[in-house]
Amino acid sequence: MADKIYRVNMTTLTTTVEDVPENLQGHGGRGLTSNIVAAEVEPTCHPLGSHNKLVIAPGLLSGTTAANSGRISCGAKSPLTGTIKESNAGGTAAAMLAKLGCKAIIIEGMPSTKDNWYNLVLNDKGITINEETELVGKGNFAIVETVASRLGEKFGVISIGQAGEMKMASANISIKDPDSHLRSCGRGGLGAVMGSKQIKFIALAPTDNKVAIADPEAFTAANRVFTKALVDNPISQALGQYGTNVLVNIINEAGGLPTRNFTSGQFDGHEEISGETMHDTIVEREGKPKHNCHKGCVIQCSQIYNDMNKKYKTSGFEYESIWAMGADCCVDNLDHIAEADSMMDDMGIDSIETSVAMGVAMEAEVLEFGDGAEFCRILKDEVLAGTGLGRIIGSGAGSVGRAYGVTRVPVVKNQAIPAYDPRAIKGIGITYATSTQGADHTMGYTIATNILGVGGTVDPLSKEGQVELSRNLQIATAAIDSTGMCLFIAFAALDDATCLPALVDMLNARFGIGLTADDVTALGISILKTEHEFNLAAGFTNKDDRLPEFFSEEPIAPHNVIWDFTDEELDTFWDF
Amino acid sequence: MKITIKLFAYFRDGRFKKRVSDFFDEGTSPGEVITSLGLDLEDVGVIMVNNRHAAADSCLTEGDVLAVFPRIGGG
Ligand code: SF4
Repeated sequence: MADKIYRVNMTTLTTTVEDVPENLQGHGGRGLTSNIVAAEVEPTCHPLGSHNKLVIAPGLLSGTTAANSGRISCGAKSPLTGTIKESNAGGTAAAMLAKLGCKAIIIEGMPSTKDNWYNLVLNDKGITINEETELVGKGNFAIVETVASRLGEKFGVISIGQAGEMKMASANISIKDPDSHLRSCGRGGLGAVMGSKQIKFIALAPTDNKVAIADPEAFTAANRVFTKALVDNPISQALGQYGTNVLVNIINEAGGLPTRNFTSGQFDGHEEISGETMHDTIVEREGKPKHNCHKGCVIQCSQIYNDMNKKYKTSGFEYESIWAMGADCCVDNLDHIAEADSMMDDMGIDSIETSVAMGVAMEAEVLEFGDGAEFCRILKDEVLAGTGLGRIIGSGAGSVGRAYGVTRVPVVKNQAIPAYDPRAIKGIGITYATSTQGADHTMGYTIATNILGVGGTVDPLSKEGQVELSRNLQIATAAIDSTGMCLFIAFAALDDATCLPALVDMLNARFGIGLTADDVTALGISILKTEHEFNLAAGFTNKDDRLPEFFSEEPIAPHNVIWDFTDEELDTFWDF
Repeated sequence: MKITIKLFAYFRDGRFKKRVSDFFDEGTSPGEVITSLGLDLEDVGVIMVNNRHAAADSCLTEGDVLAVFPRIGGG
């Protein structure tokens, strides 16, 4: 049976099942969410009003046996940035949606009264809207537990915590993982959009259906080559051992680890929060250094981090989150960071945006740099409780800067800059400035080439080649984000000549088509342009593709460099 | 000459995190230091000298800080 689009109208509380229009059939993941948002959402609409739509889609290869294909995309107009937004995560939902024959769920409209909350249940027979009372005001962990007892252990869950209910601009959407822990579509406040539709969770029924494969033999053969390229890659192996947090020490050594609200490029406490220390702590406390966020991931960058009593504390403990709570806020205690990470997962708020917001609050002397205990208290007593201060922090770094009159506010298009200082690693500054979604390292990960020596080398302190590098990576990323693949396949893809052709072969075998590598690049280009046009129509101009002025005025140690791209140089990004 | 050597990730196993050494002569290359530690240059992803990327066959001088990383990634 051909895949369907499930449309949920929250104004009329009705659902429809639609055939996938021909122009969307070749799309999945980010390409699909962005194309639907661009076609159906008025770019100038209020992101939390009835005209915005939340689109949820598995990738093109999700639900198949393809390694690392379990990423789910959520898209909408972002309440944080005002731009188009796609945010993706692992967990079990992408594969389950694909197996249920769901190309996308489109949620539109909004209930006429503020009091009623709802859940959606998708199964073989269709999708239903049900009233929800029990879980209103509850966190994501309680939702996962309750859905398991109410509907069954094997149900997938897509949910929002209290932050999403309060429509905070940093609220995220959580996805249940195979161990009933959480992964997050973290960035851009999509949890607030789900909250504005008054949907607390979406449950996905388990099914025995299989995803149709046009040429199973060719698919299996290509998947074998692809998986081998991933497994054999030394970077994949290091990701399994240390997680993404292995980056703390190398970014610190390169002088690009933003510290103390972006006033230095190195953090004295880097060893305490590093991937090496985290690995040893995990092993000592009998956690798991290696863990996958969805079945089929062969890289396993996730982990189980236990507390001092060897009890589960958090998982999916990522470099960018640890950097934000650690170096940016000068907290050099992994246990405080793990506690905060777990709280943010539960209330459903982006750990990057919220922690960078805390760094700005520290600069405003709301709390002191390095005070991890107060960081945790504010999360609990202010953000979770929805006090005035909590809502200011929960609305992101830009919001804190405006409320307290701080000028050193590291945001682009009002989204917090993550983990890599654009003065000392210039390629990533191009990505932050020009990305269609506000500052986001995953949109074009130039760190690979600027720092890690993957995909060639480009000097991080030189301007040369950076615009082109960021552009090529942003195009490739838009395409990868459409396949359902985890972005960490890119290390093998950049390193191993067999990897990308095998990925293209899998797409061809899945759908019985004949894509070439050039077609995949063309797909990436068309997605970027579609997103860019949406932003222009929403009122953005080239003047929004800029970094905050302090980057051009305050040199950062140890290299004592500033951000020195001219406006004209930045504007050449869109010359393609 | 006196140099500081820093190792990262699994390169630390059975070796050290950081060591100040006066064992090497002026002009020794990072590659020579790395092999003397029983590390295979093939496994090395990134070499930095004084916080800047450096080639395995460059020259070290007095006071340099050499950092050696295996092939790693994240994001
Ligand atoms: S590498 Fe990490 S983020 Fe990617 S699929 Fe595996 S566990 Fe998830």
